[in-house]
Amino acid sequence: MSLHTDASPGLQAVPAEAESVPDGAQAHFEQLLAEDSRIEPRDWMPEAYRKTLVRQISQHAHSEIIGMQPEANWITRAPSLKRKSILMAKVQDEAGHGLYLYSAAETLGTPREKMTEDLIAGKARYSSIFNYPTLSWADMGAIGWLVDGAAICNQVPLCRASYGPYGRAMVRVCKEESFHQRQGFEILLELANGTGAQRGMAQDAINRWYAPSLMMFGPPDDDSPNSKQSMAWNIKRFSNDELRSRFVGMIVEQVKVLGLTLPDDSIRFNEDKQQWEHGPLDWNEFKEVLAGRGPCNAQRLARRREAHEDGAWVREAAAAYAAKQAAAQKTEVA
Amino acid sequence: MSSDSATRITPGNALRPEDIVAAGNKAPADVAEYALRLGDDSLILAQRLGWWISRAPELEEDVALGNIALDLLGHARSFLSYAGSASSRTEDDLAYWRREGEFRSAHLFEQPNGDFGRTIARQLVVSFYQYELYTALMSSTDSTLAAIAAKAVKEVDYHRDHSAQWVLRLAGGTEESRRRITRALELTWPYAGELFEDDELAVSLAAAGAAVLPSSLRERFDAGVGAVLSEAELEVPQVPAAPGGGRRGRHSEHLGYLLAEMQVLAREHPGASW
Repeated sequence: MSLHTDASPGLQAVPAEAESVPDGAQAHFEQLLAEDSRIEPRDWMPEAYRKTLVRQISQHAHSEIIGMQPEANWITRAPSLKRKSILMAKVQDEAGHGLYLYSAAETLGTPREKMTEDLIAGKARYSSIFNYPTLSWADMGAIGWLVDGAAICNQVPLCRASYGPYGRAMVRVCKEESFHQRQGFEILLELANGTGAQRGMAQDAINRWYAPSLMMFGPPDDDSPNSKQSMAWNIKRFSNDELRSRFVGMIVEQVKVLGLTLPDDSIRFNEDKQQWEHGPLDWNEFKEVLAGRGPCNAQRLARRREAHEDGAWVREAAAAYAAKQAAAQKTEVA
Repeated sequence: MSSDSATRITPGNALRPEDIVAAGNKAPADVAEYALRLGDDSLILAQRLGWWISRAPELEEDVALGNIALDLLGHARSFLSYAGSASSRTEDDLAYWRREGEFRSAHLFEQPNGDFGRTIARQLVVSFYQYELYTALMSSTDSTLAAIAAKAVKEVDYHRDHSAQWVLRLAGGTEESRRRITRALELTWPYAGELFEDDELAVSLAAAGAAVLPSSLRERFDAGVGAVLSEAELEVPQVPAAPGGGRRGRHSEHLGYLLAEMQVLAREHPGASW
């Protein structure tokens, strides 16, 4: 299956040369932002903008790739063939998202190889949520509903991100994510209407995934140093707390359909601020997981590294074969 | 997923397991037993291949092996739904509630994934076998089997291409990859023979035009695989055939573990729906 990404081969990434700013380039960049237009790979852009994007897009790609693991954990044990098929397709979509996003990042001049090396060396970050274990089948539902749901709240505004290849990749990603969220909700709905054990499994999964999914929006606004600049660059459109509040408002209604509860008694709508509020989150835990001390950090990275290292001989074979074919073709032409 | 995915279901050419159930055609007992063989082959291999997703040598290969696993699972669900119609059992009744000795898959499908070379060697044999099988089965007098085969053959054609392309790359890549694919083919080849063995059921169903006589596929299989191996400058392995017995429910040591993992959750919750 071929994956068409937005990184069309015709577009050449601009080499990073921070020191030389062509005449009028900065003004043109500012103008594009002011018009809310797209910045394309051929356009001049400030180094800091480029770096921020590479960091954000590659982190996003890594999250898709590491995020395959907690769900792949249940592919072989899925309790019906239909569910097995849906779960396989979902995890496969995530590999596809990783591919579009790596391609978008490559238009900024950073090769996928380098991003992969950074990931397996533990130098790059990915979403902390994937460092939590999937302990029951209901976690497949909770991840779809809460984790993919939070990701959609974060990602829909990114479809309008100022960097063209990123925004366009996000349009595709969001379409598939909304399908993922619906299938997650459907898993939970089936469990909630099932046996007592199934219902208990569903509630337990929601209890475990609720707080980590709220923390996916990032630290509170007054503790989020990079947000302001990203908003000025039209990469980020809403603050962490705005998006989190919006998400809480959605799930507080949806959980009623399930006939289950959220493990938070403090959720309420603040009329003055016109915002949903939730109970305190354990930001210490968030920082611990971010710092590599979560339940599955080591396991996830080890698995990615192992797959990469075990596959080295295959990639080398493919490269050697391609080189031989190219050489043979050259000889034929000559 | 991109629009040219082999697994994309579009209205018009869709043949879902649900459609087979809805059509309400009840398989005769012997056809059901035959469908069980084909369904189990694909189910067991899909279960094996599903393991690769998130572990493949390249992201593109996570996608490709995932796609193949999904196709096979789709074929399995169709065959099992039809097989179950004879005894009022669902695809899940058959997948999750049969014992090891009741599975009818050939030994090749349950062989461990091994390294990527082993998986590709197994894919080579399976995809070329299934392509010939489904091509012939499209002419079955049993309209449900013919319809499942007509859909499956298009997908299996991609699987053939995938495995052949990899055999060429591994054989013509590095010394290491050539050593590995050569060894992988030697380890895989003993299990090819079972696919082409005739037995009473196959002979009688083939005579009636409902099934394909396994031995009749051997020549075209040898020609197809032989062409790939020859282009890769590899020899057809000269190794003795393994005894087989899967069609009678006699399996290798590997199947029990695979089933234990596949069935564990469903069996913890008898009667539950998911």
